[in-house]
Amino acid sequence: MQLQEIWFLIVGFLFIGYFVLDGFDFGVGMSLPFIAKDDTDRRVLINTIGPVWDLNETWVIVAGAALFAAFPEWYASLFSGFYLALLLILAALIARGVAFEYRGKGHTIGANEVRWKATFDWMIVIGSALPALLWGVAFANIVQGVPLNEDHVYTGTLFTLLNPYGLLGGLVTLTLFWTHGLMFIGLKTEGEIQVRARELAHKVGLVATALAATFLLWTLFAITATRELFVLGLVLTAVAALSLIGGLVANRLERSGIAFSLLALTIVTGVGALFAALFPYVLPSTIDDAFSLTVENARSSDYTLGVMTWVAVIMIPLVLLYQGWTYWVFRKRVSRKSIPVGAH
Amino acid sequence: MHNIAVLTELSALDLSRWQFGLTTIYHFLFVPLTIGMVFLVAIMQTVWYKTGNEKFLKMTKLFGKIFLINFAMGVVTGIVQEFQFGMNWSDYSRFVGDVFGAPLAMEGLLAFFFEATFIGLWIFGWDRLPKGIHLATIWMTALGVSLSAYFILAANAFMQNPVGFEINEAKNRAELTDIGAVLTNVVALNQFPHTITASLMFAGAVIVSVAAYHLKRNQFVDSMYTSLRFGLWTVLVGGAGTVLSGDGLGLAMVATQPMKMAAAEALYETSSPAAFSLFTLGTPDGKTELFSVKIPYLLSFLSTHTLDGEVEGLNDLQAQYETLYGPGDYMPVIWITYWAFRWMIGLGVLSALIAVVGLVITRKGRIQLPKWTWNTAIWAAPIPVLAISIGWLFTEMGRQPWIVFKLMKTADAVSPGINGVDVLISLIVFTLIYGVLAVVELKLLLAAAQAGPVEEKQSKDEDQLAVAY
Repeated sequence: MQLQEIWFLIVGFLFIGYFVLDGFDFGVGMSLPFIAKDDTDRRVLINTIGPVWDLNETWVIVAGAALFAAFPEWYASLFSGFYLALLLILAALIARGVAFEYRGKGHTIGANEVRWKATFDWMIVIGSALPALLWGVAFANIVQGVPLNEDHVYTGTLFTLLNPYGLLGGLVTLTLFWTHGLMFIGLKTEGEIQVRARELAHKVGLVATALAATFLLWTLFAITATRELFVLGLVLTAVAALSLIGGLVANRLERSGIAFSLLALTIVTGVGALFAALFPYVLPSTIDDAFSLTVENARSSDYTLGVMTWVAVIMIPLVLLYQGWTYWVFRKRVSRKSIPVGAH
Repeated sequence: MHNIAVLTELSALDLSRWQFGLTTIYHFLFVPLTIGMVFLVAIMQTVWYKTGNEKFLKMTKLFGKIFLINFAMGVVTGIVQEFQFGMNWSDYSRFVGDVFGAPLAMEGLLAFFFEATFIGLWIFGWDRLPKGIHLATIWMTALGVSLSAYFILAANAFMQNPVGFEINEAKNRAELTDIGAVLTNVVALNQFPHTITASLMFAGAVIVSVAAYHLKRNQFVDSMYTSLRFGLWTVLVGGAGTVLSGDGLGLAMVATQPMKMAAAEALYETSSPAAFSLFTLGTPDGKTELFSVKIPYLLSFLSTHTLDGEVEGLNDLQAQYETLYGPGDYMPVIWITYWAFRWMIGLGVLSALIAVVGLVITRKGRIQLPKWTWNTAIWAAPIPVLAISIGWLFTEMGRQPWIVFKLMKTADAVSPGINGVDVLISLIVFTLIYGVLAVVELKLLLAAAQAGPVEEKQSKDEDQLAVAY
């Protein structure tokens, strides 16, 4: 396997990690108005991801930096091309992050607590739903291709991205992340809120299944079939479909741990299928195939990729280890009883 | 039509420069407090762990709270920084990505994951982890924060003093040839201690300000007096370190970017010995001097560590660069570099002086002091961060017109595909969001500081979370 192929895998791994981890954070954030009946409920939901949302979000920063280092042309064309979409994602992530931190502190500066919290709750909901939608739109367009000219410069606008395939991709990530978040709530809470989360997970999960099936089959036969990794794409799509259905069944049987794990597998294999569809391209051009970016013409030098491979091979297992430990430390369920009154 | 095209192109560049400047300055208001405070809080917690003295637990919790309110802002504004290279400066990213991307990716894999994970463990782990392990998590965070700062500074140092690369003519880009050289760039080696010590100054000054607020009101005297002395010593020691490392950085700057040093002094003609001007009034174009207060030999000493060393002037350097890189204006905006250099040093020295006076007048537990002394201490907190911001302004604007010194001009680095309208939209969005957040953030910080080291009601209930949103 050549260095640029290894780095295609590593970049894929980092984005998949981001979608699996921050994906359920988004899902939890989006669930606030739907399964929380009062402020204590909302705090239960937020505290299920309290200690981990920040490190989950870090994955996108590392994924972006890895893209920059390993495929500078891809990074440059993609980030400048998707300018307004990324601006919206950044604004949403800022809103969500500060809202977690600030929503409980209004009383310290004498604000009207009800209005203060309501404002930040909406920032959490929108700040979760918007990236969940837009990441799907972005990745669908990466796979499908965008208008790139001979200098690898994107010549479309924000609306170019909002084509049927892109929008469908966005709805898939929105509903999948939401389902995953609800299953995380099922795993991390108890009592009525857990029951409500499971019920909603089933409903949203069915919608997600219909959308994801359409989208993945569309991807497989319209795109992957024209590229190199059709068999891998086929296998990944099949695993994604089976694990999604299995996850919904496990949720019905109140086996939250299994349901959550199977949904994680769905996202891993589903996004994996997108990367399989993409290879060997990294950003195909819809103007002329000769203008496309591939792992070959977007890559860094052998030396850079070699150095970075060493760093990644040593660090990624360590990262998984200490992040795994964090999840172990905070494994306890959160309930209404565990929310301290007054202190934020 | 042609004129409109030129106009949008121009504005995309100018607006992108404004946006990068604004978002970077804003981001770096939070970063130095994070860098400095994580060490100070770690020290407080260590003392509590070793002595069991509750006073230090109270201090840890109070300044830990201030640290955290600030940390969140550092994180969310940091993502913008990384994305902007690709969004607004894609030709820069294409040209240097092979080199510049490596320290950024290393920062992510080695440092950023690390600090984000351990900070979460520290915040929420008070009741979940054994005391010793919990203490270790704040030190791990400090390690992550420092490593993170180092990699980012190494990336920045490449823009000031490109090393460890060669130009690939076929691909028209810089390619990494020696990662060791990039990571041991003389500019990075000097910028790092300068950044850390300046950050300690700022964090120390914040502690001084909070402590002075309470001591003026004669409340929480026990823990706040200790905090005050601790903060004052930190400002002083940090100040001394900033001077020493600044001296090293100055030498590195003269060796690698002589134009910047000449611009810092507005030294038009090459001189030996060269004097350092404390204050100058000149004509608006900066080319003629009307009145000036000068210290003889000082600039020679700062630049070469000898009294009569030669310091190259702007005109000579301009002529040299024209020969080397073709016609053009190779000088930065002189009035900015000149005044920024003075304000950076002046404000830094002022903070250290305040610390010295503070240490003397509060010796042996003395806190019955005139009100104005307390007010000075309270209002002194922003001085170091102002010095830091101005210092970065100097460093980055002093590099102009280059984005990567001698390799690429800022004007050639902007994304070719973006138009002025898009950048105007993003500039407005960032300005609005950052403006609103600045107000909320400051209010919350002040509220936490003014509440002081209040006892938190600790529930006996084992099920209850000790820390929760």
